[in-house]
Amino acid sequence: MPTKHLLKIENLHHSFGEEEVLKGISFSLDKGETKVIVGPSGTGKSTILNNIIRLVPPKKGKIYLENTEITSAKKINEIRQQIGFVFQDFGLFNHLTAKGNIMIGLTKVKKMNKKEAEDLALLELDRVGLKEYADSYPSQLSGGQKQRVGIARALAMQPKLILFDEPTSSLDPELTGEVLKVMRNLAEEGMTMLVVTHEMGFARSVADELIFMEAGKIVEQGNPEKLFTDPDHQRTREFLFQLTDLYGEGEN
Amino acid sequence: MENLELIIDALPYLLEGTLVTIQLTFWSLLIGIVVGLPIAFAQVYGNKMLQGIVAVYERLARSIPLLVMLLLINYGLPRLGLRIPIFIAAVIGIGLRSAAYQSQIYRGAIQSVGGSQMKAARSLGMGKLKAFFYIIAPQAIRIAIPPVANESAIVLKDTSLAFTIGVVELLRQGEYFIATSNEPMVIYLTIAAIYFILTTIVNGGLSLFEKKYQIPGIGIEGGHSDAY
Repeated sequence: MPTKHLLKIENLHHSFGEEEVLKGISFSLDKGETKVIVGPSGTGKSTILNNIIRLVPPKKGKIYLENTEITSAKKINEIRQQIGFVFQDFGLFNHLTAKGNIMIGLTKVKKMNKKEAEDLALLELDRVGLKEYADSYPSQLSGGQKQRVGIARALAMQPKLILFDEPTSSLDPELTGEVLKVMRNLAEEGMTMLVVTHEMGFARSVADELIFMEAGKIVEQGNPEKLFTDPDHQRTREFLFQLTDLYGEGEN
Repeated sequence: MENLELIIDALPYLLEGTLVTIQLTFWSLLIGIVVGLPIAFAQVYGNKMLQGIVAVYERLARSIPLLVMLLLINYGLPRLGLRIPIFIAAVIGIGLRSAAYQSQIYRGAIQSVGGSQMKAARSLGMGKLKAFFYIIAPQAIRIAIPPVANESAIVLKDTSLAFTIGVVELLRQGEYFIATSNEPMVIYLTIAAIYFILTTIVNGGLSLFEKKYQIPGIGIEGGHSDAY
């Protein structure tokens, strides 16, 4: 079934062994939108992202990228090129410089020539404020810098949307701000983003829609301001207050 | 002075043996790579059955003393109608054992690069093979160099066991010379010195290679192949 949405997820199910982690998830994402998924650990938030690019193939349900049904599409590598992914643990290639990390996808997957790839890599590094670190190896970068390289790498592939899987969860608190700032800028520039995070300040101020999940189901979704101030479900209120207490209001 | 003359007299024979030792080492290490790499792949990427098969091989090859293995190949196999020239028998025995050890080196090196980089490569749209060649392999090779240098030195020294099945390598050339000169001490010391020089060259070469291609954050910085 074709869809006018950029990304549409229909009745997604997933299980690890006997344990059902996703019990029928449906939502969609339009071009330029930022949606943030929040919820307790083990709720299946990251599984949704992994299901979308089939790093973990979904068990049941359908996912559409524009008009293409991608859950069963054969050319998965072509689909992955169109969807950026930012990992909790960065996933940087340790033998390549910051620049090299960005170039390798361009030269080896997109078959761009080296000079073009280098120019684009430097451009994207500049965009995340790391131009002067182009020749540094991952081991020479801080966690926040690594994640910004990870974002630049995803951006350089010029994806239709970017998935963020807890991008600040393995960072020291004082380093999360620089990463969130980059993400906030992207959202403002109109990048389509689906973000799993515990950063309530970011969720509240950047998200077009907040999706609260628990135990494999969406409990409530909607305008973040509404969910924070006047949610339909008591459980949403409890969770959001608890997280705001734990992580604070924002990245500032 | 007398000793020096003796050494000079012995040297042409010993160097001839050294050449055979080097050949034994080269071919044994090559078998080690050619057999060891697929074993490592089977262990990392293979299914349960494949993993089981190679685990048995590895267990066997690491449990049987090399000397026993060489004797089995050289004296046991002919009973089954399989007669192999002694040089080849030695290379097979030493090589197959080294394969078991090398497979462990490669397996560890591949695994230490970590699944998250593989995932990241796949997320960019790289196929498994591409991801292996461009992301995993360049790092795994660097990580493997110090233990491979170590293993090379061990193989080099263990080629002396080929002596027992009659291969005329360095040690046996020495034996021949001792039989005529009756100077075991000087000749054995000379042989020891030749092994020392060879292992130093092997380790030095690989450590140069290691330094040339070193990348910050990959491999064990500082500590490496002092394997004699």
